[in-house]
Amino acid sequence: MDAIALSRLQFALTAGFHWLFVPLTLGLIILVAFMETMYVRTGDRVYLNMTKFWGKLFLINFAVGVVTGITLEFQFGMNWAEYSKYVGDIFGAPLAIEATVAFFLESTFLGIWIFGWKKISKKAHLFAVWMVALGSNLSALWILIANAWMQHPVGYILKDGRAEMVDFGALIFSSHAWAKFFHAVSSGWVVASFFVMGVSAYHLLKKNETEFFKKSLKFGAVFGLAASLFLALIGDTSGVQVAKTQPSKFAAMESLWETQSGAPEYILAIPDSKNERNTIEILPIPKLASFLAFHDWNAEVKGLKEFAPDMRPPVGLTFFSFRAMVGLGTYFILVTALALFFIRKGNIQDKSWFLKVLLFSIPLPYIAGELGWIVAEVGRQPWIVYGLMKTADAVSKNLSSAHVVLSLVGFVAFYGLLGIIDFMLLIKYSKKGPEKA
Amino acid sequence: MELSTLQIIWFALWGLLWAVYFMLDGFDFGAGMLMPVLAQSDTDRRVIINTLGPVWDGNEVWLITAGGATFAAFPTTYAYMFSWLYLPLLAILFCLIFRGVAFEFRGKKDSDGWRKAWDTAIILCSFLASLLFGVAFGNIFRGIPINMVNGEFVYEGNFFLLLNPYALLTGIMFVLIFAFHGALWVSCKTTDALQKRAEATYKKLFIPMLAVIVLFLVYTWFETDLFANYMAFPAWFAVVVLCAASFIAAGFMKGAKAFLLSCLGIVLTVFTGIIGLFPNLIPSNIAPEFSLTAFNTSSSQYTLTIMTVVVLIFVPIVIAYQIWTYYLFRHPVRPEDVADPDVETY
Repeated sequence: MDAIALSRLQFALTAGFHWLFVPLTLGLIILVAFMETMYVRTGDRVYLNMTKFWGKLFLINFAVGVVTGITLEFQFGMNWAEYSKYVGDIFGAPLAIEATVAFFLESTFLGIWIFGWKKISKKAHLFAVWMVALGSNLSALWILIANAWMQHPVGYILKDGRAEMVDFGALIFSSHAWAKFFHAVSSGWVVASFFVMGVSAYHLLKKNETEFFKKSLKFGAVFGLAASLFLALIGDTSGVQVAKTQPSKFAAMESLWETQSGAPEYILAIPDSKNERNTIEILPIPKLASFLAFHDWNAEVKGLKEFAPDMRPPVGLTFFSFRAMVGLGTYFILVTALALFFIRKGNIQDKSWFLKVLLFSIPLPYIAGELGWIVAEVGRQPWIVYGLMKTADAVSKNLSSAHVVLSLVGFVAFYGLLGIIDFMLLIKYSKKGPEKA
Repeated sequence: MELSTLQIIWFALWGLLWAVYFMLDGFDFGAGMLMPVLAQSDTDRRVIINTLGPVWDGNEVWLITAGGATFAAFPTTYAYMFSWLYLPLLAILFCLIFRGVAFEFRGKKDSDGWRKAWDTAIILCSFLASLLFGVAFGNIFRGIPINMVNGEFVYEGNFFLLLNPYALLTGIMFVLIFAFHGALWVSCKTTDALQKRAEATYKKLFIPMLAVIVLFLVYTWFETDLFANYMAFPAWFAVVVLCAASFIAAGFMKGAKAFLLSCLGIVLTVFTGIIGLFPNLIPSNIAPEFSLTAFNTSSSQYTLTIMTVVVLIFVPIVIAYQIWTYYLFRHPVRPEDVADPDVETY
């Protein structure tokens, strides 16, 4: 493999690994903040115990998320120097603003929150946890503003051989940025909801601390249903934007080869890129692809054949990732709705089959999130900035494959180790259950 | 504002971000690497780590901000610097990652071997990160072999050229300054025997640190062009003198005053270098006109203006709440604090 392929692999792995930790951070801190809010409002110590138990799991997860983020900021320069030079004038700003406006807020108040239990008033402590929640979610906003610009570049001109920012407002109020932001953070909220529901289900199955975990499960289910519905709604908005501005990605998501009006949606198809067709097409839903693309059943959707073969993304990966992500998204709505139904009936602790479903569903929102990023990033290929710069032109010129092999091996070994340790600690402290304060 | 004014402002801000970063993460690097010297028991180690607990993460964000600001304000320098220094940056990255998780993971399993492994990570990574940052800045002061081929900057160095004696001396100076700074921090934030050992340690480090600083300044005179700006405008020498005076005063004082003087010393050390570098961000030691400067690698006037507004609004807010954090956790950590099950600790 050459330096380009290796750098792509390295970025995909390190970004994908980072995204194993960030979603839980984004969602769990909001749940913990709600728990602490309940504690401050009611004075009921069960909410304090909940805050501390879920807060501890939050911290174990947070540590790896935060340190693996530094890698991504460094990599733009290390591996993608040509990209950084070409678009840094507009792409660097949101990253710098993220650190200044959001990351400081998150990190500083996290220190206060962890160590400040006996140093500040209850209300000041509650304020700190909400600042952490605000900081982490704001942080996602700025990163997604940067990413949205790669999907749909706006507010720039080409000057002196590079892209220069001319309209900051267009950058930060890009409809892509906000749709991507809400889609990504709400996917994190779903991750956290399923995490809390799954761990609670484990303890309910063991008949351990039933009241504590019934309460926790309710937090997860309420937040989870709201987040799953929102996630699907905003996902639909994202789809419309992709169809409008990245037609080659949309065609790959649908594996649609011919341009057509009233394009059907195939629940399953097997794309054959070589022969520019699908070998199998099963369960067509008439006109659905057109509707998803433009909210118009008869709209014309561009097919992959409109684009030269080297201008198309990998069709199979984009198509299957999109299908699986949407399928999982639907599942999340059903499961959280069912959880809420059983909670209202008051018998969730007796539904051991459903508790098992919850337990084994913990990994699913993680998988859906990774698939979502595959659709977004693989589907954008061969572009690094859609329509503006190709990924192949973005890599650092002086980079030797040997250096990238070395760093890639380092990351795999090192991240592998961190991942395993963090996973084991999360399991250990999840199983241990709450401490009585 | 004029483009050139903005470029000068951002050059100064770039220096300031690094200065604040080293002032803050410097003491937690120092406290980390001195653990085997200062701590005699697991309780001592936990006390030291818990003096850093509430603040280290916020300190490290200054690095992310320095990196992000380089990207936003000087994208061309960011692109070249990070890709040319690929391996050293990778090493720094791994140190910072390991050290970061070590704080969180260390107390999560009741096993001596486990704690020992993470303690070793904290000690080694704190030491190596300090050394490597020093080596990196030593190379920046000295200049690296940047050539110009067909109108493009080309790097003609390699990893081993970066390990030259001057850069290594700068690395050692960083290690000693951070160790001194860290010992002072620990002396302010602990009590009893641990505090006494920390006081004895910074006193012991004082003379070697000054000696290396003097050696560094002399070597800099012969090895780099840093003093050219000073000769052109000798009033700048006041910064160097003030820097030395801060460290010397710190060595003769105790407690918070000594620590704050050492903070000032570190900020002025960075500015001693930054003043000498101006307008270069990375000088070329092949030909001065091949240097990456604030003028030939910056963002556009528009972007620099936006970033200036953002920084002017938000950095003061950040500084305010960070000062509040330090004030909140101003009291020393005592052994009984880390034994209290009701108080969150590492």
